[in-house]
Amino acid sequence: MAQQIIFFVLAAIIAIFSILAVTAKQIIRSATYLLFVLLATAGLYLLLGYNYLFAVQIAVYAGGVMVLFIFAILLTNRPGENVKTELAVRRVAAGATALVGLAFCGHVIYWNIKKVSELAVQADITPQQLGHSMLGTDKYQYLLPFEVISILLLACIVGAIMIARKR
Amino acid sequence: MILNYSQPLEITNLTSWLDTTLRSSMSEFWVLLIEFVLVGVVLLAAYAVIALILIYAERKITAFFQARYGPNRVGKWGLLQSVADMIKILLKEIIKINRSDRFLFFAAPVFMIVASMLTFGAIPFGKGLNAIDFNIGVLYVTAVSSLGIIGVLLAGWSSNNKYSMIGAMRSGAQFVSYELSAGFALMTIVVLAGTMQFSTMIEGQRYCWNLFNGHISSMIAFIIYLISGHAETNRGPFDLPEAESELTAGYHTEYSGLQFGFYYLAEYLNMFIIASIATTVFLGGYMPIQVHGWDAFNGIMAMIPTYVWFFGKTAVLIFLSLWVRWSFPRLRIDQLLNLEWKYLLPINLVNIVLMVILVLTGLTLTDLFPGLF
Repeated sequence: MAQQIIFFVLAAIIAIFSILAVTAKQIIRSATYLLFVLLATAGLYLLLGYNYLFAVQIAVYAGGVMVLFIFAILLTNRPGENVKTELAVRRVAAGATALVGLAFCGHVIYWNIKKVSELAVQADITPQQLGHSMLGTDKYQYLLPFEVISILLLACIVGAIMIARKR
Repeated sequence: MILNYSQPLEITNLTSWLDTTLRSSMSEFWVLLIEFVLVGVVLLAAYAVIALILIYAERKITAFFQARYGPNRVGKWGLLQSVADMIKILLKEIIKINRSDRFLFFAAPVFMIVASMLTFGAIPFGKGLNAIDFNIGVLYVTAVSSLGIIGVLLAGWSSNNKYSMIGAMRSGAQFVSYELSAGFALMTIVVLAGTMQFSTMIEGQRYCWNLFNGHISSMIAFIIYLISGHAETNRGPFDLPEAESELTAGYHTEYSGLQFGFYYLAEYLNMFIIASIATTVFLGGYMPIQVHGWDAFNGIMAMIPTYVWFFGKTAVLIFLSLWVRWSFPRLRIDQLLNLEWKYLLPINLVNIVLMVILVLTGLTLTDLFPGLF
């Protein structure tokens, strides 16, 4: 019962602040609302018993990405000003893109929902298990994707240094 | 964990008595509800009380460093000074700033206090005295403590004041950089201990603290953790964000009353949290000093309650932090960032590799002298 209540509170927070994040006129407010959404998502992970994912969600998204977002916004020109409403054509394009995204995500979720309920039973993975599955080469172990992502990140860092370097 | 000696003064006796009494008369749901509320209330109360004690201790110790008396009017030796200050802060008006973002202005201090409260909950204060004991304890602590910086950044922006803004940006840069070092230093010890759970980590340090177990590597990690933890709390010599001569009070210039109180409390509590994490990870946490084979000695040490050990070790580290604060001049911003990115971080990365080698080749003290430690 308590879990149900907490779930509905978190779900309401995610839904309301997602809408607010999109409709807010000031970009810094959008960022703050997005932060609430990310925190509530972390709460969902905690509710499921995925402690590791919960901590990573907070450390990476709430503590890392959002801090960078806010930093970037503060360094831009006049972050407090109201954003002007876009042209009608752009609005329609944005709406269409959002619908396509929704349809895609809905499709994926709809076809995988049964698998999720099977997998969710195996909650509370220890850090040891996680380390082995991330850095192993057997079946259901993901060393190659892990390293590929790290190369991607390295490329991003090198690119950022190239752009930011003073001549 | 069970120590094999009698411990008449442990709080665990009280909590287990409470639990059995409640369970004998109520259903599971209500027992849990009551216990959750109790834990929450006790944690909040401890948060406030520890902050009051720290503020008094800081003012008194600072005064002795500067060869003056410190607070000595309210109560004997000024003992009630911080209580009087607290009442004053509670009674003050909360000033509303013109042309500022009201919502963010009010949300910012809450972020700060929630982040430090979440970290506070994970600290093991004594045997059986931790609210949560995740198997990813260390990761959890580094994750939630990083939320506080959002409060600082939002406060700086929403105050509509350029001093606040500069203070917030400096604080952000400083926190983001030093958080990295603190995290890596903790990771070094995770390699040594083989676990991220605080209770297992403390249990593993019964006869040999992590600080000594990994000798060279642990010492380096400990020093780096103390430096970066000190920098994370924005205290001198790293107090650029609120450098009083140039930025008035930095990011919390425009706050008054209880909102300022939130920042003030969070600052002191963060100092406590850094010290207590260092205690738990490096100095054996609440574990009494124990030596292999000295049974009488171990028995006497175990008579002292675990929370006394914990607070004693933490107090030593807090004193160290105050000592540093009043001994070194303030760094410039470029020196501060150089220290982190050009010295601490490379040393730290090499140190992790060194620790891995130590653990794999069996050169830790417990491996070298199995009977002794």
